[in-house]
Amino acid sequence: MIDPAPSIRITGDARSGAGLLFRGLDLTLEAGRWTCLLGASGAGKSTILRMIAGLDAHVAFDGQISAQDATPLAGRVAYMAQSDLLLPWSKVIDNLCLGARLRGSRPDRARALRLLERVGLAEHGEKRPDALSGGQRQRAALARTLMEDRPVILLDEPFSALDARTRSEMQDLAVELLAGRTVLLVTHDPGEAARLGHAIQVLGPNGLTEVPPPTGTVPRSVDDPETLAMQGALLRRLREDVA
Amino acid sequence: MKLGHALAATLFLLALWQAVVGLTGLPSFILPGPARVWSTWWESRALIGEHALVTLTEVALGLLIGGGLGIFTALSLAMSPAARVLIRPLLVFSQALPVFALAPILTLWLGYGLGSKVAMAVLIIFFPITSAFFDGLMRVPKGYLDLAQTMGASRAAILWRIQVPNALPNLGSGLKLAAVYAPIGAVIGEWVGSSQGLGYLMLLANGRAKTDLMFAAMLTLGVMSVLLYVLADRAARHLAR
Repeated sequence: MIDPAPSIRITGDARSGAGLLFRGLDLTLEAGRWTCLLGASGAGKSTILRMIAGLDAHVAFDGQISAQDATPLAGRVAYMAQSDLLLPWSKVIDNLCLGARLRGSRPDRARALRLLERVGLAEHGEKRPDALSGGQRQRAALARTLMEDRPVILLDEPFSALDARTRSEMQDLAVELLAGRTVLLVTHDPGEAARLGHAIQVLGPNGLTEVPPPTGTVPRSVDDPETLAMQGALLRRLREDVA
Repeated sequence: MKLGHALAATLFLLALWQAVVGLTGLPSFILPGPARVWSTWWESRALIGEHALVTLTEVALGLLIGGGLGIFTALSLAMSPAARVLIRPLLVFSQALPVFALAPILTLWLGYGLGSKVAMAVLIIFFPITSAFFDGLMRVPKGYLDLAQTMGASRAAILWRIQVPNALPNLGSGLKLAAVYAPIGAVIGEWVGSSQGLGYLMLLANGRAKTDLMFAAMLTLGVMSVLLYVLADRAARHLAR
């Protein structure tokens, strides 16, 4: 990896249009850990992720986003969304090389091929994305994210469109391949947060609440009783937030 | 369209045409039958070919220049918000003017030769190409742009690697329209003032009550337009791949 993963802290208020989206937000992403940001649709969790990514979040933000190593975040984050965002006119291997091409540098094809192999797509590099299944496409997107080799990884519900089995396999793969990086996973799935979070933050109408995660090592087993209990507790919390 | 279907449709049309001529008994200077037109076409093939070549040159140059200008304009509009503010209303206004009405003034400015006809063809195809390509350039899924931004892409790289490939199918649609419009532009230019081209030949034949020659020239133009369309369609499919 190019440089060690930093921890990241975001503090402040955000307004969207006339309304206050959140006030007194204080979220820390621990270095080299998975932080799961759980919340219902429209709670503003993607907004937080977009602000950290430096993308237009359509909010007026009054606050600070800083890395603990006091170096700017720009150029140190990689982003993966719910939609795989593979360019349909490019072969899978060329999609992996997109970042280098966009920066005008020479792509490392050998590395792209190795990454394709690691996500189990060694034989699909020369195909167009539309020849792949949904799960394969998301694995290609994960490989593209790894190709960027950034210490901070921002995941915006990347597994939510997959079927249950594929989703759990993708979760295992992502944890394995993103080890050592600072990861923010935005999700509306309590089960996902319970499986993957070293830290779990629930974003409700009254702001953030930190929930102590289950004790097992990430990724926690899909049938681990403590994880399942946590999934239930988190879902209950989401439902109470609405009421 | 499959070749068999095209052939069947053509035969049906010819039969209908022959039937109208046979049933109404119209004299051939009003409506010549297909057989008569065919024999005139064959006898005058050298003459028609010569004029067709002139029109084809005008159309080809018009497509080349109009296509080039359209692509360049669309790219400029996509790159520069200032260009969008200044040029876009102008583009729309230019479409509100009847291009046909400009033909006489173009002939006055550019003369009776090739120039004014090429200009007509350019004017008529410029907007469809610009508009179609520009739409494709701007209608990029937002996620691609987000991704490119986090990857540290420059504005030019986003245009070249993402917006342009995304817009190629649209450019193909624009080219298909242009292939059909360009001959219309050239022929109108010829009508207004020229001594060559299928438009000129049609006008000449009509004036001398050589209706069969008029039909032969017109059908030649029609076949030419269809062939251009087929070529453009091929190109569009290639671009959409």
